[in-house]
Amino acid sequence: MLLSELKKGEEGVIKKINASKSFKNRLSSMGIVVKEIVKLKEYSLAKSTIEVKVSESYVALRLKEAALIEVEKL
Amino acid sequence: MQKLTIALAGQPNVGKSSLINAISSSRLKVGNFSGVTVEKTEVTFKWCDDISCSEYDMHIIDLPGAYSLSDYTIEEKVTKSFIQSEEYDLIVNVVDATNLQRNLLFTAELLESGKKVVVALNMIDEAQKEGIKIDEKILSEILGAPCIKTSATDHTGIDALKNAIVEVYKKDQYVSKLKYSDHIEEEIGKIVNFFEEKRYKNDIPYRILAIRLLQEESETYKMMHDDPIWIELLPLIRSSLEHIYIHSDSKDIEQIFKDEHFAFAKGAKMEAMEISSMRAKNLTQKIDNILINKFLGIPIFLFFMWGLFQLTFTLGAIPVDIIDEFFASIGEAAKGVFGEGTLGSLIGDGIVPGVGAVVMFLPNIIILFIGIALLETTGYMSRVAFLLDGFFHRFGLHGKSFIPLVTGFGCSVPAYMAARTLKNERERLITLFIIGFMSCGARLPVYVLFVGAFFSQEHAGSILFFIYISGALFGLVAAKVLKTFVFRGENEPFVMEMPKYRLPSLRLIWHTVYSQAKSYLKKAGTFILAASMLIWFASNYPKNETLAQEYQVKIEQATSEQIALEFENEFNKISLENSYLGKTGYVLEPFFEPLGFDWRMSIAIATGLAAKEVVVSTMGVLYSLGGDVTENNQGLMQMIKKEIPFASAISFIVFVMIYLPCLAASMVFVREAGSWKYLVYLFLFTTVTAWIMSFIVYRVVLAL
Repeated sequence: MLLSELKKGEEGVIKKINASKSFKNRLSSMGIVVKEIVKLKEYSLAKSTIEVKVSESYVALRLKEAALIEVEKL
Repeated sequence: MQKLTIALAGQPNVGKSSLINAISSSRLKVGNFSGVTVEKTEVTFKWCDDISCSEYDMHIIDLPGAYSLSDYTIEEKVTKSFIQSEEYDLIVNVVDATNLQRNLLFTAELLESGKKVVVALNMIDEAQKEGIKIDEKILSEILGAPCIKTSATDHTGIDALKNAIVEVYKKDQYVSKLKYSDHIEEEIGKIVNFFEEKRYKNDIPYRILAIRLLQEESETYKMMHDDPIWIELLPLIRSSLEHIYIHSDSKDIEQIFKDEHFAFAKGAKMEAMEISSMRAKNLTQKIDNILINKFLGIPIFLFFMWGLFQLTFTLGAIPVDIIDEFFASIGEAAKGVFGEGTLGSLIGDGIVPGVGAVVMFLPNIIILFIGIALLETTGYMSRVAFLLDGFFHRFGLHGKSFIPLVTGFGCSVPAYMAARTLKNERERLITLFIIGFMSCGARLPVYVLFVGAFFSQEHAGSILFFIYISGALFGLVAAKVLKTFVFRGENEPFVMEMPKYRLPSLRLIWHTVYSQAKSYLKKAGTFILAASMLIWFASNYPKNETLAQEYQVKIEQATSEQIALEFENEFNKISLENSYLGKTGYVLEPFFEPLGFDWRMSIAIATGLAAKEVVVSTMGVLYSLGGDVTENNQGLMQMIKKEIPFASAISFIVFVMIYLPCLAASMVFVREAGSWKYLVYLFLFTTVTAWIMSFIVYRVVLAL
């Protein structure tokens, strides 16, 4: 399933990131890399933006970008 | 005395600025990195270490926060190029002790640069509160670089950090202990062996050279390409890469090394860090449950903004009046000292009011900047972006665009400056281009004058509100148009850290606000000085001596003061008509005729480029009421109602609403957009749009 499909409070392990090289590098410098655990913390009102927790960092992403990240729900 | 140049590097939100403030009480030097609008903070101070008291002259350069050495943002580009190609002695890597793993990722990249590194485990007090224990000895061992626990709040470890800097500086050769997986280490070893056998001469240590070759770094390849050793080296590298590919199950060497850094960072954290008590939730999470709540978040934010603008424009208004009066009295005094002649007029009517108009905005700007600095340094700005990005993204803007846009309703000058918070070049430019559509405070007098003249009292308020709203909506549409046709291209992805909430130090806030206010005064001030002299000249020259004498006689012979005033106004009107400015008005008239403007309205539009307040005073002069008019002047309203047709008036309002805000704002725009060419684009864009919209409105109103 995709990171964008997680519900609030759910966790998943990152399996694959289908993004361009530069965006993938950006994600990895934020700590979002394969095998890490992400937790969905919050949605914005229009559900267009999400906040996730990965390791000790909190990161905001657009839903569209979250759909590039494949996760396995825990 | 030895001079040490130190690059202070770290990820964003690790407390670098606070740390630099704690390290030295010397005054910070603030400038820009050459060629870009990225702020560069430097500090120089003396330090005497305990062991041998030879004094050191330490020069610290604070590099912009970067998540990694990449080209993703302007800040990261600046940091990357500084780390890789500038001259300096060592790097102090500031690390957020509460977020060790992600920060060590950047540390790994810095270690790879081959430079000497000292790590500051910053905000250690916070880490301790969160139950995080870090063994800095083990970490130093793993990284091969001294790690010092520091905290800017209680000055922990500041001296220890300085000592460590000197100690590392004194060591000669230095190779980091950044270790890779066994299969990569094996290949590095092979290449290093080869160099040793060949007794290859090079300034760079063999290990670093080998790593750079395996990373396919183009600079290193270029450098070694013409070396005779290359023929033998090439097959070796090729086979090494093959081995690495097989082991890693990937041919993306950049990704392979990224993964290595990640493994290193994670491994280092596991070894050196321990969480003794798991606290369920930290304070940030509790605050965020309210502040970014789906339903409460936006209303709370709007309340904060409302409060900030109330403060800016009510509290700020108090000193504004004082400053205004102060400059008015200086102007009068100048005329007293220099006489009513040319010099007195230049100073009293040109320079002093012009410069005064700039200084007058300073209180508003300071209050607004304190507010914005608070929003930014506390970490709330990221939450705002999170809340609003969905809406603004549809128009090609960013969640953070909200702040500059709302600021634009007050004054465009601080609004352009507030757009700095936008890191993406394209989004920043779109935001900068549409800020002018948010009607600034200076346009209000024009609206009040026209609305008051043509609409009844009870409708005036709603009409005024309608003008503001339509300007804002028009701005959003314009953003969409710019996004679709001008600043095209792939949408920049939105990934943003939500940093912990922090109370900023007063010194840091003061420093930020002070340097911004200073640069505002310096840049806008010097320019406005020249511009106000120019406008004074254009409206006063060429002088017509015979006409002046003629009116001098008329005024002296006038039977009453009323008649004398009328003569004076008539003289002012004729003088202005014949001045360079007046002639310009006649030249402009054909251009504005399709919009229903006469020559006087055309001049008012032209002088309005200097500042929108000037529109009203120009009209006052031109409609022969003397220069001292305010928007509430009943006489001027009556005159305008009599002289200007309704359709022309509406068209005039639309034009004022859309075209360039003012000279001061235009100058700030150039600085923030980074190039004069953008001002040309902005001028064309706003003027053409204003013309077309006014034309349409004029025709529609005429047809009704």
